[in-house]
Amino acid sequence: MSVAMVGSGGAGVLTTGSMLLEAACAAGWNGLLTRSVGPQIRGGEAAALLRLATRSVECLADHVDLLVGIDWVSAQRFESEIALAPGGLIISDPGAGAPPAALTPAGARIIDLPLAQLTKTNPGWRANMIALGAAARLLGLDEEVLQQVIKQHFAAKGQDVVGANADAVAAGGCAVATAPSEFRLARPQKTITKRWLITGNEAAGLGALRGGVRFAAAYPITPATEILEWLAPNLAKVGGTLVQAEDELASINMIVGASYGGVPSLTATSGPGLSLMIEALGLATAAEVPIVVVDVMRGGPSTGIPTKSEQTDLNIAVYGLHGEAPHLVIAPQSVTDCLLATQWATFLAEMLQTPAIVLSDQSLGQTQAAVSRPPDVAFIGLRLRATDVAAPYKRYALGGSGVSPMAIPGTRGGQYTADGLTHTERGIPTGSARDHGAQLDKRRDKIERYAYGDLWATLEGEGEVAVLTWGSLTGVAREAISLARAEGHNVRLIAPRLLLPTRPTEMVAALAGVSRVLVVEQSHSAQFHRYLRAHYTLPEDTLVLHRPGPLPIRPSEIYRQLTRGKNL
Amino acid sequence: MSATAPLACKPGDYKSETKPIWCPGCGDYHVLMALTRALAALGLPPEQFAIVSGIGCSSRIPAYTTCYGFHGVHGRSLPVAAGLKIVRPDLTVIVASGDGDGYSIGGNHFMHACRRNVDLTYLVMDNHIYGMTKGQPSPTTEPDFDTALTPGGTGVRPFNPLVVALASGANFVARAYAGNIHETANIIVEAVRHPGFSFIEILSPCVTYRPDQRAWKDRVHAAPVTATDDAARAARRLMTDDGFNLGVLYRGNRRPFQPVVAAVPCDLVEFEKGFEI
Repeated sequence: MSVAMVGSGGAGVLTTGSMLLEAACAAGWNGLLTRSVGPQIRGGEAAALLRLATRSVECLADHVDLLVGIDWVSAQRFESEIALAPGGLIISDPGAGAPPAALTPAGARIIDLPLAQLTKTNPGWRANMIALGAAARLLGLDEEVLQQVIKQHFAAKGQDVVGANADAVAAGGCAVATAPSEFRLARPQKTITKRWLITGNEAAGLGALRGGVRFAAAYPITPATEILEWLAPNLAKVGGTLVQAEDELASINMIVGASYGGVPSLTATSGPGLSLMIEALGLATAAEVPIVVVDVMRGGPSTGIPTKSEQTDLNIAVYGLHGEAPHLVIAPQSVTDCLLATQWATFLAEMLQTPAIVLSDQSLGQTQAAVSRPPDVAFIGLRLRATDVAAPYKRYALGGSGVSPMAIPGTRGGQYTADGLTHTERGIPTGSARDHGAQLDKRRDKIERYAYGDLWATLEGEGEVAVLTWGSLTGVAREAISLARAEGHNVRLIAPRLLLPTRPTEMVAALAGVSRVLVVEQSHSAQFHRYLRAHYTLPEDTLVLHRPGPLPIRPSEIYRQLTRGKNL
Repeated sequence: MSATAPLACKPGDYKSETKPIWCPGCGDYHVLMALTRALAALGLPPEQFAIVSGIGCSSRIPAYTTCYGFHGVHGRSLPVAAGLKIVRPDLTVIVASGDGDGYSIGGNHFMHACRRNVDLTYLVMDNHIYGMTKGQPSPTTEPDFDTALTPGGTGVRPFNPLVVALASGANFVARAYAGNIHETANIIVEAVRHPGFSFIEILSPCVTYRPDQRAWKDRVHAAPVTATDDAARAARRLMTDDGFNLGVLYRGNRRPFQPVVAAVPCDLVEFEKGFEI
């Protein structure tokens, strides 16, 4: 069951969506909420896109069953993003005019809800709360649970505010009491496991803390800011610090400095910020200072579409550093996986003394989802330290795994100068071909030879057909594959979580027996497909389903490509 | 109090065996001597100091000491040092830069480092030229100074770093001359001991691309007034002086930036409660 709420920016659309999700989850359903907003803080357009189900869901559905218009001022801008299902319902204020034709397919049924009139005659009522009550009633959501959410949400504002909102919600429900409603939610299953309601950005923040991050430097940028805002109070509680920097150049160099001082450190940004951080990422690679950068991708290039998702920072994350700069690139595959991926990235950065880029995106970072409590994983970064230093200390000593013990300032006898200049084993600048080659080998080998284990990719299913995808499209592909499986077709899912270093041997094994591949990605130029072609061998019969953001790729589109003209 | 006697440690204990890349006669040799004297006078073992720098001739200085060093990218020494000092307040962190690294590419960080007032000491070796790239104008170069990149001069007014530092909130502002090793060492010692962000502009001649700066030794003189704690007064003096007044010019009393860290870290499980349905 899918619900879309639209309205002007500032009308409370996202809050309303979040409260509906919270109430539905409290009543036992699973679900998620993604946002689609314009660039304006006030007066633009906003849509809350919800999907509620009895099973767990990882992506939006193809269609919307219930469209709620708090107002229709700029709603036509969602023409390509919101497709009403055949026979779908629209809640609309007759005083606000008809819903845009583009959002009203033939057969849509409109339910009148006089929002403006009700708010005018009842001081303290807000249109979004009335609409929330109406939507909840049409879905068959228990009103008591919803009222509990209202109470919690407004408690801090006093009894009068709680009362007015409770009344508005109840009135919304009454107003649609006689409306048709075959879109009622199925009865939820009893859930035994603990569940969380969390966004990808919050999950990334928690993952960072679980991985041992105790310093963050922050420069605000949409859609990554929530990671930093979540970390600010919570880092302080665990004995860490967050500092706001003057720009992204400062934020990345601050975390390099803090990590050089021995403290696992992170920053979060989006494409424009990552572009500014690239030089210092090369420094951290050369000086072997572990850091973590979470890039929550948005539409690009340049300022692009700050509020909407795209998978187009893959190239810069993998190839953007000048010179030969082996580092880690890790992509979370779901809201929950933002936790694991960030924790794993922190762990690996510390173990391998190198920078890690976590490639999340807006559709993961700003989606709020009901998820099972992620299991505790024992990834806590343990940096190899030089504690008992024998003179002369060789910070960049060759040999072994390539990871050399790092002296933390304060350690007697371990003094060295960390340097972006090509250096000797002792860290002394050099232009020698032999030293340059030796240190390049060292930094390559420590990353290439590490045993990353099963987390390198998600591998599911069997058969000769495979969907190869990454990041936020993993969940969409999984749903498409389950549609195909329901019809008896075997399709594999291959989604690398570790994008750098590449894993050629593992990929050969993952592709064994596969004769046909469908690559799926949110990129105009098919960056992921090009990346795969550069590093792996794909079957001749490889098709690519790709388009730029912000229009998400739907499960049915993948399913259609999988089944088109071919016997699975 | 004199910085140079009696010494518990010797300046030589702070000087590494690495041979500097500087040209013969470079003012930065004198800065290195002043710095190692100051470190000896401060009396902490070398591993308790971290010297952080960016890119340029002056930024090579960390490796010429026996302290911990960080030689980063161009213009970003101050953020590296701030990150380090914030997580490691036990260390004494000194930042070394030049007029190109610190005032041009790193100009934004300079303002914000002054504002933020982390307990750092910032040494800028100013020679009014980019030496490492062979003689281009920097933000402190005179407008009519002829270079290959700017024939006939830039025509652009030089930057007044000390006034910018005062306006931005630096807590200690001084000017030194590299050739006056003893005085420079004393100022560094005082700057390190002064809480918050301490800024020392060190006039350090580039004899290769600015042979005219050999005359600086005759032009510099002690400031005719003592240091003030009034930033406006200090700024006024600096805007009207000849650019060769030496000494401590301003001592502020702002509290340094040092975030308070929870003494007893909470368990991470506490955060889960906020997400539970």
